[in-house]
Amino acid sequence: MLTQIGRRLATVIPSVIGVIIVTFLLTRVLPGDTAAYFAGPAASAQAIEEVRKQLGLDKSLPEQFGRYVTDLAHGDLGKSLTTGQSVTADIAARLPASAELTLIGLVIATSIAVPLGALAAVRQGSLVDHACRIITTAGVSLPVFFTGLLLAYVFYYQLGWAAEPLGRLSFLYSPPPTVTGFYLIDSLAARDFELFQAAAAQLVLPAATLAIFSLAPIARMTRASMLSVLASDFVRTARASGLSSGTVIVTYAFRNAMLPVVTTLGMVFSFLLGANVLVEKVFAWPGIGSYAVEALITSDFAPVQGFVLTMAVLYVLLNLAIDLLYGLIDPRIRVEG
Amino acid sequence: MSVLSDDRGQMSDDGRQMSDVGSLVANDSPAAGSSFSDLRPLTSDFRPLTSDIRPQTSVLHHAVYVIGENPVTGFAFALFLLIAVCAIFGPLVAPYDPLASDTAAAYQSPSAAHWFGTDQLGRDIMSRVITATRLDLAIAVFSVALVLLLGGVSGVMAGFFGGWTDRIVGRLADTIMAFPLFVLAMGIVAALGNTVTNIVIATAIINFPLYARVARAEANVRRHAGFVQAARLTGNSEMRIVLTQILPNVMPIMVVQMSLTMGYAILNAAGLSFIGLGVRPPTAEWGIMVAEGAAEMVSGKWWIAFFPGAALMISVFCFNLLGDGLRDIVDPQRRT
Repeated sequence: MLTQIGRRLATVIPSVIGVIIVTFLLTRVLPGDTAAYFAGPAASAQAIEEVRKQLGLDKSLPEQFGRYVTDLAHGDLGKSLTTGQSVTADIAARLPASAELTLIGLVIATSIAVPLGALAAVRQGSLVDHACRIITTAGVSLPVFFTGLLLAYVFYYQLGWAAEPLGRLSFLYSPPPTVTGFYLIDSLAARDFELFQAAAAQLVLPAATLAIFSLAPIARMTRASMLSVLASDFVRTARASGLSSGTVIVTYAFRNAMLPVVTTLGMVFSFLLGANVLVEKVFAWPGIGSYAVEALITSDFAPVQGFVLTMAVLYVLLNLAIDLLYGLIDPRIRVEG
Repeated sequence: MSVLSDDRGQMSDDGRQMSDVGSLVANDSPAAGSSFSDLRPLTSDFRPLTSDIRPQTSVLHHAVYVIGENPVTGFAFALFLLIAVCAIFGPLVAPYDPLASDTAAAYQSPSAAHWFGTDQLGRDIMSRVITATRLDLAIAVFSVALVLLLGGVSGVMAGFFGGWTDRIVGRLADTIMAFPLFVLAMGIVAALGNTVTNIVIATAIINFPLYARVARAEANVRRHAGFVQAARLTGNSEMRIVLTQILPNVMPIMVVQMSLTMGYAILNAAGLSFIGLGVRPPTAEWGIMVAEGAAEMVSGKWWIAFFPGAALMISVFCFNLLGDGLRDIVDPQRRT
């Protein structure tokens, strides 16, 4: 088991190297003067020259790469022109907001999509199955920013059920003392239940938007995988042995059907992390996505580069976690591997 | 020997028919039957029968077949025709000038004069939605065509030659896949510069792994096929075999791949312009129009963002359905 983990960890290394090379290249393929980009649109010629020296852009490409990697090893992603702070600090401060949103979105999506997909497979051709097909086809066609706006319009403007779609907390409240950075957890830790409610109210719409978006691939995969398991020999044997259909479906079929679904989560995360940017923009959510978008618009390049790198490293780590989890759930992988 | 060269002629004949959707189904048979060389004369006997039908009729015949097979695909096809008309004749169909502002008529809700209402500058939203079709579709079509070229050719090379070519292409695809794709697209557009061309390039790059993998797998299966060895025996260079034997056979699958990723390409491009990349105001484009209407949505002026968003949604939906339908016909085993 340990060598298994070790071997899988080793496969992360080329991915991370690839990611670092690409983010490095992204800054060097800039048409025009990289230093001018980093110095910002309002910089004087002297300031640009200074930035050039500071970034080491007057040196050769391999030297620059070495410098870039050294900086990364020190956790230095450069400085943001708009906030005036180091990009690392900015991203660290904003990451919990994005993580909280993404995780809650994923939890909602999974808790709807998995039962829906499983039910659609068990009752193939029934109303649930048709509903599942419609939802999965419509779900992949919905532009995530459009869903978010529609939800905000219906539930905030029309029905007045949801909180104003602006940020993580209504201006009436101040954020809880930081423990994890997740407002839901921090407010509970501070035993401030009113604050918990307020934070949850802000979170519902953006999380639901992300959930609708990621529902489709999960439901589709659950259905397909459940169908193939239900048609397999061991399920037929279990049925023939006279086990109740509940036992067969839940303990025999469902648990086995979940394995491919765990693998799809990797792809779902790729979509989620991208959709996150759009949802944060729609709901003025103060996460790293909206940070990157603001930086993009003001041509502030260091935060964008830091953002792309952070997201990519996160994604590689998430995939690693999924693979390790897979090994834990499915002993066959361990034996065969 | 004469049989072999006859075989070669038949294969390139298939290549020429590639643009004809009607040959998608028929095209699979030579590859599948390639190992049974004695069956070959049979298939060529059948050829004249199909080529008797004029091309136009065969497209029509195919459309009828598609609709009969799956009414949803028929519906999607009708929708596609509507979208195509908007894209081609957009400015002619649109009732107003999409850029003409009329501040006296700002913020009008949908009415008989302005079916989709007007925006903050009094521009007619329906005209803007219709005109935007061409730009949105063009971005998607060009990016998909670009990735078909890049991913298709490098994937075929990787699958056919193996070895280092395979390793380099595979490593490239893996590296791209290590990024959340939309995030990578953001980074690429930010680095290359904020233009529509770069949105096309970014969308093509993030789709590269998908195309390269499919093309690689398809080429790999065929690298030792009978017709390839026959072509080699008759003295064709490896490069020529790739171009005249492998590519035409891989193409049908790639065309399906194209229609499957069209919807995603449209979504991706619209997402990028929604966050302010690529297309600049006052250009009419669905993503940027939704962004312009976003702030008004929470104050009740839903129509500004709703109609471009709905147009976006419907066209993506249409392409996804079409892609599924086409996939079912070319590759029935993957039907869901």
